[in-house]
Amino acid sequence: MPDMIQTESLRFAYPADEGQKPVYALRGVDITIEKGSFVVILGHNGSGKSTLAKTFNAVLLPAGGKVCVEGMDTLDENLLLAIRQRVGMVFQNPDNQIVANVVEEDVAFAPENLGVPTEEIRKRVDAALKAVGMDEFVTHAPHLLSGGQKQRIAIAGVIAMEPACIVLDEATAMLDPIGRREVLATVHRLNREKGITVVLITHHMNEAEGADRVLVMNDGRVDLDGTPKEVFSQLKRLRATGLTAPDTVDLLDRLRRGGLDVPLDALTVEECADAIADALKKR
Amino acid sequence: MPILEIQNLTHTYGIGTPFQRSAVEDISFTVEEGEFLGVIGHTGSGKSTLIQHLNGLLRPTSGRILLEGRDIWAEPKKIRSVRFQVGLVFQYPEYQLFEETVYKDIAFGPRNQGKTGEALDQAVREAARLVGIRDDQLEKSPFELSGGQKRRVALAGVLAMEPKVLVLDEPTAGLDPAGRENLMANIRDYHRNKGATVLLVSHSMDEVAQNVDRILVLKSAHVLMSGTPAEVFARSEELLSAGLDVPQVTRVAMALRKRGLEINPAVYTVEALEQQLLPLWKGGNPPC
Amino acid sequence: MLKDITLGQYFPGNTAAHKLDPRTKILLVLMYIIALFCGGSFWAYGLLALVLLLCVRISGVGLKALVRGLKPVLFIIVFTGMLNLFFTPGEGVLWAWGPFHITDSGLRNAAFMVLRIMLLIMGTFLMTYTTSPISLTDGLERLLNGLKRFHVPVHELTMIMSIALRFIPTLIEETDKIMSAQKARGADFESGNLMEKAKALVPILVPLFISAFRRADELATAMECRCYHGGEGRTKLHVLKYERRDYTALFLGTLILAAVLAMRAVGL
Repeated sequence: MPDMIQTESLRFAYPADEGQKPVYALRGVDITIEKGSFVVILGHNGSGKSTLAKTFNAVLLPAGGKVCVEGMDTLDENLLLAIRQRVGMVFQNPDNQIVANVVEEDVAFAPENLGVPTEEIRKRVDAALKAVGMDEFVTHAPHLLSGGQKQRIAIAGVIAMEPACIVLDEATAMLDPIGRREVLATVHRLNREKGITVVLITHHMNEAEGADRVLVMNDGRVDLDGTPKEVFSQLKRLRATGLTAPDTVDLLDRLRRGGLDVPLDALTVEECADAIADALKKR
Repeated sequence: MPILEIQNLTHTYGIGTPFQRSAVEDISFTVEEGEFLGVIGHTGSGKSTLIQHLNGLLRPTSGRILLEGRDIWAEPKKIRSVRFQVGLVFQYPEYQLFEETVYKDIAFGPRNQGKTGEALDQAVREAARLVGIRDDQLEKSPFELSGGQKRRVALAGVLAMEPKVLVLDEPTAGLDPAGRENLMANIRDYHRNKGATVLLVSHSMDEVAQNVDRILVLKSAHVLMSGTPAEVFARSEELLSAGLDVPQVTRVAMALRKRGLEINPAVYTVEALEQQLLPLWKGGNPPC
Repeated sequence: MLKDITLGQYFPGNTAAHKLDPRTKILLVLMYIIALFCGGSFWAYGLLALVLLLCVRISGVGLKALVRGLKPVLFIIVFTGMLNLFFTPGEGVLWAWGPFHITDSGLRNAAFMVLRIMLLIMGTFLMTYTTSPISLTDGLERLLNGLKRFHVPVHELTMIMSIALRFIPTLIEETDKIMSAQKARGADFESGNLMEKAKALVPILVPLFISAFRRADELATAMECRCYHGGEGRTKLHVLKYERRDYTALFLGTLILAAVLAMRAVGL
């Protein structure tokens, strides 16, 4: 079975002003995203993380190397619709991705484009809204909903295509803590219950909790790659890329330097408290 | 004397329609001169409505706003002068940039204030310096800058009016960690160097905890609590049950207490918790 | 505040007026407009006003809401009324002053014109009040479908319309925000002469345009990501179907139009 997404020495440059050399936003990215995994891509602004995400469903096309979605090359124009149907994308600004002024019409947009028969659209819309917990809002006007609710509508709009993978391109950046929690809980549930592959692009470290894998982008390349615990225990390298570690890891690091024997890789509040309590008991 | 006094402020939207709703209700508090005050609350808690009263963009349905002891609505025709004294930076302020050059955009506020010539030039350059915009960037179009730089130009546009009170609504929303820290440093500088009073509205408990002298917590149109960060986070259980966040460090401290450790849960910085934990390990008495 | 503008606002409901097929409603409004312009007597306008009142009753939309809809166009109504009143040539001059004169037929014309415009606006508003914008554009697309043969981009036009409708509330909210933000920087929109007032709009319009372009760009990408590729092969969540009540309504509409035409023929 081919992998969900695979990139091979992927390079990309945005068009430069006349007479200027193009600046590469991606300079050789080789990654494989496995089916059913939950992958978080971290990086500061300008690290190339959003650019990378946009190559996953052929919004941007490689300038060098290639991207394959379930074995389909994104450079093949004939496969464009098939690729976009497999990899759905949710963007940062909730207001700029909602097409219709009734929730159900918006969720129906993708299946309508794909020529799905009417009865089937109805079923998909209802199922998608249920999956994101917005089934009470079928006939509401999207502009009156909260940011988190709008993003869940956008996610439902993607699920209605029945994709194998959802890419969230900084989809939590404009939300308040409640909205962020809503969206994260939703995508984690979709990953767990429906086996949908999730690629979450963010600069909030805490959102990496509970991911299978974390990639840290820096200067157009993948700098760190591993489980959240592996990545966050590399404090120095993280800081060097302009990111900060979660406070839990920072605390453990300081305690270690103070001589307390605690592991670095306790990410969540509970894990961290356990680790400290254990170490104190051992003395 | 407090620089700002909010007395029994109520603001009701849609009076006489079925949508009538009070966004803030009978809120009273004072802000001391030179204070750095954090305002915390959910979307819909009334934060945005509250801060738009402080510079007279909204008029109270009832209650009064006193600026240096004077009711700002005493002479409604002079409300514009209040806006130069209480500078308000909205959410995502970079979307309000409009001039051809960074310089002209920063100059918009002070020019409206009536500044010209040397005084105007000085105000613009100083504000630009404060937020780390280089001289050669002043003649660029603001739309050529990066997201973080645009945000800082927009901030400079308000700082250039040299407001005594600076009110910021979610100034770091959408920025990455480095960008957030940069911007907060600019704001701290203005606070310190100018002795200005700053009101920081934020969703992020961590950000507020690390910067302010005092916190005001709003919940559904009312003040839920106010006090120093230590006082507020000592009531973390209450904050959590009100659906608000507390800093991650505070949650670790709470979790440690649950595990039977003698920890004062009113901590909100990594350093402070470290200071409490290391003596425990070294066998000393916890500073509780 | 700008938010209070009711532009083509939709009042959700479940009345017969709401349930009619949008195509039926568009056709009925068209017939009503034709009837308004063909009618030439107080009898005809009386009948048409009665018809409107009846429809308002059925729709459950308050007459007040409809009358409120007239406010923004009050100026146009008064202006055309005056124009007809003072400048219609004719016999029986009742009053004259310089170029102004009021005649028998001027009075009549003015009254007819005012009635016509008022009924026209109220009739159209009744349609938008009882039809969601999306089904309205849907209906329009289906009605105009025949024009595709003449290379009229019907799908594209209606898509543009429905997106415009979707973004009106967003842009109004944004205008409000930008206005507040510039006011916070001391912008003054109230004082000054016309020229100064126009200049004061620049700090609002520039950011608004830039933001509209950015939104359009992002929306286009988002639409492509959701497999949008034009109208070809598109299916619909809601398929329009004429029901019995639509035939009844269209029959009654035709009857009323015929009645007005008949009245005109016999000079009533």
